[in-house]
Amino acid sequence: MSAIQYRPGKEPHAKEHRVVFKNVDRADWNTSLKTYESEGGYEQLKKALGMEPKAITDEVKAAGLRGRGGAGFPAGLKWSFLPPNNDKPVYLICNADESEPGTFKDRYIIHQDPHQLIEGMSIACFATGAHLAYIYIREEFPEGAEILEKAIAEAHKAGYLGKDIQGSGFDLEIYVHRGAGAYICGEETGLIESLEGKRPYPRIKPPYFPAAMGLYLCPTIVNNVETLCHVKHILEIGSEEWAQTGTPNNTGTRILCVSGDVKKPGYYEVQVGKVTMGELINDMCGGLKEGRELKAVIPGGSSAKVLRADEVFTVGRGDDARELTIWDIPMDFDTLAACGSMAGSGGVIVIDNSRSISWVLNNINNFYAHESCGQCTPCREGSLWMKKITDRVVAGKASPTDIDTLDNVARNIDGRTICAFGEASSWPTESFVDKFRDELVADTNPELEDDLLNAEALTAAANLR
Amino acid sequence: MSFAVPSDLEKEIDDRITHYPVSKRSAVLPVLHALQHHFGFIEDAAVEWTAAKLELEPIQVLEVVTFYPGFRQSAPGKCHIRVCRTLSCAMAGSHELMDEICDKAGIDRSGVTHHDPIAVSEDGKFSIEFAECLASCGTGPVCLMNDDFHEAVTDVDGLLSQYK
Repeated sequence: MSAIQYRPGKEPHAKEHRVVFKNVDRADWNTSLKTYESEGGYEQLKKALGMEPKAITDEVKAAGLRGRGGAGFPAGLKWSFLPPNNDKPVYLICNADESEPGTFKDRYIIHQDPHQLIEGMSIACFATGAHLAYIYIREEFPEGAEILEKAIAEAHKAGYLGKDIQGSGFDLEIYVHRGAGAYICGEETGLIESLEGKRPYPRIKPPYFPAAMGLYLCPTIVNNVETLCHVKHILEIGSEEWAQTGTPNNTGTRILCVSGDVKKPGYYEVQVGKVTMGELINDMCGGLKEGRELKAVIPGGSSAKVLRADEVFTVGRGDDARELTIWDIPMDFDTLAACGSMAGSGGVIVIDNSRSISWVLNNINNFYAHESCGQCTPCREGSLWMKKITDRVVAGKASPTDIDTLDNVARNIDGRTICAFGEASSWPTESFVDKFRDELVADTNPELEDDLLNAEALTAAANLR
Repeated sequence: MSFAVPSDLEKEIDDRITHYPVSKRSAVLPVLHALQHHFGFIEDAAVEWTAAKLELEPIQVLEVVTFYPGFRQSAPGKCHIRVCRTLSCAMAGSHELMDEICDKAGIDRSGVTHHDPIAVSEDGKFSIEFAECLASCGTGPVCLMNDDFHEAVTDVDGLLSQYK
């Protein structure tokens, strides 16, 4: 096979390992079924239809595929949580809400290689016994929704969807469901509520684990776009070979999305854990802008805890313990967790020394205050408090003790809410205050310590007791 | 003016509803999308119509309309602009982009609030609001002009002239 030609200026970096993004930015590629079929498209679905469904789940489990949406939960394990001897219908939902700030990978799969997703999804449906599936796509991808609907119609016509697919007796319908601009719909139980036509208030777990009680209170599997695409490739080359890429417990490839203060922001598909933060920023993204120094990195979407440029991280235990600078961190799930943050959705936001930390945190706090669904008091009130305090810091109207209040508010949100939005909204503030307290305090005004506003607030608080 | 849904739109909506064989209520979002696409926003009569269509109480539709930022309850301009407000785009200058668009399209955002986020130009040609993360953080600043996506926007005059 001749080497793939990419569009000029869009060639993958030498350190990339393109699997899911193989066809993104290809010169000779389009979204049609014909093009997809010309390179073995839907062959893996045909293969899957001749397999035992459980054997497919076992392959995905053996591959060690971890969810690419944020939590990094093993996908095969998620599938195996479907209740045995279930007599209800099973549903599968592709989470294409892609709303974590800093993340922009699913956009390109959907817009440039929709059939890859549909094939991966169909295989997953066969493995889990789902005959009705939805792609929950964010409303802000109107063109993406159209492309997917067209691709589904094509696949239907060619007998890859619908009744008795390829004569196997397996029936499957996939529909595209558009969201309406709410971040919380990326949370799987919020997504399910939204798909039921309601406000997307997340459900409490237990009992509402989607695999047991999901859409219409039936067993439901919710997987990210990138995760579902990988299912196809696992089947194609087998779990053993697939798991040779990446590193142990962090197998396969994943797409890192880099934005912020680098010369070449963009998407880079790499073997998980085989590329360090330094290689990503300096080699793949062309380094920082001229004359700038690294100040901080948010490594896994805006809700991931921030890493300060001069931190030294100790990872591993006992004899395996080692110290890492920010540049040495291998971009995998486990090391980023050991560094006190997370790989999350793969959205890496680079912040250089030209940026005000107060401004950055305030932008993030504005996001979470806007997107809190309002169901749980600590999150609804707390996210707004955090926004208001950092609004004041940025405006030079905060007192130094406001930073203590900010920290206190954040630490009273996480662990006290129905869904992980509580953590998502408070981790930025907690980590920014932990690591950049001096800079935040420097943006406050000590003369406001006795400010009437604060005196009033204190009196009001005292009266509450 | 009375609210009337054209027959071809109603046919499209009826077709959408078939995508939800288990529960008609699931079709609330797609029905509202179709109505907003046609009428520009969701007026009270559209809520009533949707409720009747899906055999729901109007409040079950209204609570959805008021929750999701993607639904509007007042008329936008001929071209509705959504500029990404969130971190990566802000770092790439999306707030400056917002100011420049407002300046050049004659939009006054001083009355904008959390519950009333949209500002319309005096001539009604453009309306604008900030949107949270449009998921193209590597090519900021980005915006949506109606359903058209624009990335790395620098030429505001050129952008606006396409929609005049």
